[in-house]
Formats: sequence, C-alpha cells, structure tokens
Amino acid sequence: MEHPILEVKELHFSYPDGHEGVKNISFTIEQGESVGVIGSNGAGKSTLLMLLLGIHFPDGGNVFVGDVEVTKKTLPLIRQRLGMVFQDPDDQLFMMTVYDDVAFGPRNYQLDEKEVDSRVIRALDLVGIPHLKDRAPFKLSGGEKRAAAIASVLSMNPDVLIMDEPTAALDPKSRRRLIGLLNSFNHTKIITSHDLDMVWETCSRVIVIKEGEVAADGPTMDILANEELLDSCGLELPLSLQNCPVCSSRKVHEKIKLRGVNG
Amino acid sequence: MATIKNVLFNMGVLDDLAMKETSIHRIHPLIKLLTTVVYLTVVVSFGKNEISNLLPFFLYPVLIMVFAEIPVVPILNRMVLVTPFIIGIGILNPFFEVQTVVVFGTSISQGWFTFVSLLLKSALTVAVSLMLIATTGMNQLAAALRMLKVPKIFVLQLLLTYRYISVLIEELSRMVRAYSLRAPGQKGIHPRVWGSFVGQLLLRTYDRGSRVYESMNARGFSGEYHRGNISKLKGKDIAYFLSWSLLFMLARLYDLPLLIEALIFSMGGE
Ligand SMILES: Nc1ncnc2c1ncn2[C@@H]1O[C@H](COP(=O)(O)OP(=O)(O)O)[C@@H](O)[C@H]1O
Ligand SMILES: [Mg+2]
Repeated sequence: MEHPILEVKELHFSYPDGHEGVKNISFTIEQGESVGVIGSNGAGKSTLLMLLLGIHFPDGGNVFVGDVEVTKKTLPLIRQRLGMVFQDPDDQLFMMTVYDDVAFGPRNYQLDEKEVDSRVIRALDLVGIPHLKDRAPFKLSGGEKRAAAIASVLSMNPDVLIMDEPTAALDPKSRRRLIGLLNSFNHTKIITSHDLDMVWETCSRVIVIKEGEVAADGPTMDILANEELLDSCGLELPLSLQNCPVCSSRKVHEKIKLRGVNG
Repeated sequence: MATIKNVLFNMGVLDDLAMKETSIHRIHPLIKLLTTVVYLTVVVSFGKNEISNLLPFFLYPVLIMVFAEIPVVPILNRMVLVTPFIIGIGILNPFFEVQTVVVFGTSISQGWFTFVSLLLKSALTVAVSLMLIATTGMNQLAAALRMLKVPKIFVLQLLLTYRYISVLIEELSRMVRAYSLRAPGQKGIHPRVWGSFVGQLLLRTYDRGSRVYESMNARGFSGEYHRGNISKLKGKDIAYFLSWSLLFMLARLYDLPLLIEALIFSMGGE
C-alpha cells in the first residue's frame, strides 16, 4: 500500500464556545500499527477521535483514511473503515438485545440477513460473549457492556479499531481480559487512555497529547519510560515501570531490556 | 430512590417477555397489531353506561396472558400506574349525573355506571396494549408499522422515544442518587432546587442523546432503520385475525352474557 492507513495533517479544531480542543496535530499511522494516544484529562484525546471519525469537522487541516479525505460526502465509507468504540458503552448500546446492537452496523450497510447473522455471531465469539446475545444491553455488567460495544464495532469489519479509554471503569479481571482481547486482534488500533500500563501492554507506539498539541510521538518503550516527559504532561510512569516500593528494585531498565529481547 | 430504578427495570421486563417463544409470540407482528387495533376500536365504541356488554372482552387479554405465559404482576403494576388518571377523570360522574337507577332496592346515581364502565374500558385497553408490547416487542412492532406504510420517520421516532425514556430515567436516577447522598434524611427533592434539577436533566439527556446519536452515525446510520428479517404472513395468522375480529364484532352487536343467560334458562326450561 502506498498510502498510510491514516494520515492527519495540521489538524485544528475549536469548540463553538471558543475552546481550542485540538491545535495543529499531525501524524500518520501505518497498516497494522497499534498506537496509544495518551494525555491527562481534558488534553483533547476524545476530541481528536471525533475529528478522525468526522463527528466533528476541523477548522483547519485534514484527515485522510487511506486515500480518502474525511468530508461529509465520504462519511459512509470512512465509518465503515474506522470502527469507533465510545468511552461510555451505554452511549453505544441502545437496542433491545445485544444481538440487535451488534447487527445494527451491518444492517445499516444493507447486508443480507444471513451475512449479518454470521458477522454478529463471529463478533460475539471474538469478544467471548456469545451467551449474552439475547440479553438486554443495559442489564449487563461493565465488562460485558464493554465487550458488547466492541463487538458492535467488530461486526462492521473495520480496518482500524479506535477506542476511547477502553479500560475506564473496569475491574482488574475485566481489564486484564480486555487487554488479552485487544492483543488478539490484528487490526490497526488507536487507543486513547491514561491507563499507561494498558498502553504499555497493547501498543507499540505512543502519541502524547498535551493541551491539544502533540507533545511526543515515538516507540512505547522510549516514551512510557521517560519520567520527565510524562510528568510535564500530567502523567506518571506506568505502575509496572515504577520502582518497587518494597524492595526498591529498578524496574524500568529490566522491563525495557526484557521487551527489547522479546521483540 | 428505589422507585425510579424499578421503573427502569420494569421497562426491561416487557422487553424480556417479548423474547419468549410461545404460540402467541410466533404469530406475525402485523396480525397482532391489527387484532389489537380492532379490539381497541370495538371496546372504545361502547356507550358510556355499558358494563355487562364489556365483560366478554376480558376473554381476549386473559387468553393471551395464559397462552403467552405472561405473568399477571408486571401487567397489573403498569395498569395501576394509569388508574389515578382514570379515577381523576371519572370520579365526578356519580355526583354530576342527576339521573338515578334502582339497584337491589336502593336508588343510586347513574354516574356510577358511567364511572365503572370507564374503569373497565381503560383497564381493558391498557392491558391489551401492554400485552401487545409484551408479546411482540418494540422492534417487531416498528417493523409491522412499516409494513402498514407508516412513514419511516414516525416509526423511528417511536423507537427512539422508547429508548429515550430509559436514557431519561437513568440520568434522573443518577442525579437523584447524587443528591440524596449529600442530603441525608431529606425526603424527595427540595423545591428550591427543582429548577436547576429539571434544567440539568434536560441538558444531560440532550447530551447523552446526542452521544447515542453520534455512535449510531459512527456505525453507518443514515436515517433509515433496518430491521432484521420478518417472517411471511401465514394462513393461520390470517385465521387468528379473522376469528378474533369476528368474535369482537359479535360481542359488540349482541349482549353475549344476556344471550348465554337466556340460553341456559331455555335449556333449564326443557
Ligand atoms: N462540547 C464541548 N464544548 C466545549 N468544550 C469542550 C467540549 N467537549 C470537550 N471540551 C473541552 O475540550 C478539551 C478536550 O476535551 P476531551 O477531548 O474530551 O479531553 P480528553 O483528553 O479527556 O478526552 C477539554 O478542555 C474540554 O473541556
Ligand atoms: Mg476523553
């Protein structure tokens, strides 16, 4: 492929009240990359995702998905390629059953009902909740809702999976399961979070956003181990990289050595 | 506030019931909708003083309830919700109606008949409408409306409104919880904050609604709601519709309880 799968050029966006959510952001993402977008609360992560998806349109700059620019006209195509999992699964799940919710996307693209069914079953299998297909979404637990929301996007066979703070409000077990799930997908992934441990385990590249601007962009290993950089952006070293408070062993160097060896 | 959460939970009960697989549930949604419409029309068309004529109409909801395995309690709960309105509308009848009738030797206002008749009619119509939802489900019902060529914008409106109710209730219950945790020992919500409470609720549900809408758009929604496959009309669906309609008509035209009474007497006389 000649075109990167996602290209963002000098993106700028202000909210109607004048607040500048995104200022002059540029980056490209290649097929198969998994990219963590990190930043403190209010840094502009969600705003950036909305711009990628054409939910908001930029005041300046552009977004390309493959060779297609995100405009009002290209939205149907764009949204088939980019699957967005919203921060609050309650916003995403609104049908009477999990099945209907997962089928919502494919039905909008007017696939025949057989194809819809096979996609729904596969998506539910992928996220490990085939047994919940006839349940009402609002009665599920937090982790189950998250899984259903992810399935509702996977069923559209997107090229890029975009997730806004996927581990927010999950208990440790559900969070662990989600991390395993994310790592099992071969999709190109964009994940925003301030759960840096999750980013450490799921992403190979990290983009740091600070007050609507890119503060850093590079390999996960370099960025998440850079205490000074993280601190200046209102973040902290991932817990797994912090020195052990009991034995004071230096984890940063060991982990990086390990990761370097493994690949 | 337990009651708000209950309402939300209860809304789910109807949807759950709609998922059952009984012989009634398998009947085509369009047929159930049409049968219900005929039923409602016939019941409402009775005069304001008729009572005994209405009694045969209990047969339909009772049979549906039995065959569709619908528990009595959730249906009764919802019927109770509307009774205050009905009583409010009808309770003055006994006092304003000057005509009197003699029943068992005492003369009472004709208005009592009007009142009871109104109560019966509303109980029947509410019960049957609830049962339509409980045996069909909102999505199938929407599909049936589309088959009747109701414009898609109205059908969509109906579906989203139905969903929106739960969004509204959820937001409200969150706000009430946050409020009551910081106002211990206080019953309800102080009138002083009603204004900001309602304003907040509208803003929040609006926000929430637009996020739901955005997420729909992100999955290719373009104003048309695509339902899944709906089965074809079968002969027995049509038979179901015709036989109920016939029965409703008969019960409208003839006073069945009187006829049956007459029948029993005439048999006894032989
Ligand atoms: N609808 C809105 N109107 C005005 N400002 C907003 C709106 N939504 C978000 N913002 C502001 O834009 C900034 C970025 O928000 P957001 O992208 O949600 O941050 P986060 O990185 O936590 O996802 C914040 O300062 C927020 O207050
Ligand atoms: Mg956010």
